[in-house]
Amino acid sequence: MLKSEELTKKFGGKTAVDHVSMELEKGHIYAMLGPNGSGKTTWMKMAAGLMKPTSGTVSFEGMPVGLESRKHVAYMSTEPYFYSWMTIRDVGQYYEDFFDDFSMEKYRQLLREMELEEEMKTKTLSSGMAAKLKIAVTLARDASVYMLDEPFNGIDLLARDEIRRCIISEAAEDKLLLLSSHLVEEMEAVADRAVFIKYGKLVEVRDLEEMRLTDGVSMADRYREIYGHTEVKQA
Amino acid sequence: MDYNPTIPIWVQVSTMLRRQICAGTLSPGSKLPGGRDLAAEYGINPNTAARVYQELEREGICTTKRGMGTFVTQDENKIKEVRTQMAGDAARAYLAEIHGLGLRTEDAIRMLETAEGGKDAEK
Repeated sequence: MLKSEELTKKFGGKTAVDHVSMELEKGHIYAMLGPNGSGKTTWMKMAAGLMKPTSGTVSFEGMPVGLESRKHVAYMSTEPYFYSWMTIRDVGQYYEDFFDDFSMEKYRQLLREMELEEEMKTKTLSSGMAAKLKIAVTLARDASVYMLDEPFNGIDLLARDEIRRCIISEAAEDKLLLLSSHLVEEMEAVADRAVFIKYGKLVEVRDLEEMRLTDGVSMADRYREIYGHTEVKQA
Repeated sequence: MDYNPTIPIWVQVSTMLRRQICAGTLSPGSKLPGGRDLAAEYGINPNTAARVYQELEREGICTTKRGMGTFVTQDENKIKEVRTQMAGDAARAYLAEIHGLGLRTEDAIRMLETAEGGKDAEK
């Protein structure tokens, strides 16, 4: 569904994404893993059509990523989003104007599940609430691909369960979800496949249940093996 | 939900459901949540949830009726068989633990009686 071939991005002398070839299939939730600076965000931005590759290609359902694919790909970046004068309702209306597949009904339902009120002003939100709002507004689109960059960042332990539930409810046979995070443990049960990226290069894509069955290792174990002595951040 | 991440999640969730079926918390013939609801309830990937039902069906403890969903079997003998097997596994694990402490099977039985009577039931 989402395929990158020899995808490369250089910033000056630094190669952020280095000849990454992989195909992500619908019907799965992928965890994209790697320490900060390993190229996850850059790969996602190119797949979302928000950044041009230096070389290589990325395609959605066989067509090069661009204006058309952006209608089907919902992307949540790590950067802050909203104008401070906006209420949560305004954020929804802003999105509704932008995206044909945005559903106000779904948005309201997600807000309820995340305990957010439409009247709240975005500037008064705590960082955790702002993080939940970003997820709600992204999942309220009826897209084929959802890419969430660091969805668990800034979200406390209890609210992470809500986020997980919302993400799981969004998964379907005809959809693809890609979540990047350095909070590996948060995604063990949610993801069924993991993409490991190191220094901009693809290490491997693994089926997690298969890996547990054959090797008896968790995603976090494999993460430690691949990234050596890099600390895995705990929740 | 806390899972042991080194063991397949579907194995762990199917054990939880099997236990509820044996204990009668999920009664014979009762309808189980749909795959997506099971996934949301247990905080697991929907493909993992589907695998849970495949496994329980393969064992014959659940059946899926086309278009209607997944149900606990009505076959009480089947449930009894699974219960006996799970209890047997638990007993063998306990015995192995006791033997590992250098005690004998007779000790294990005596310990069980004591444990059931509570702390003060020391002979």
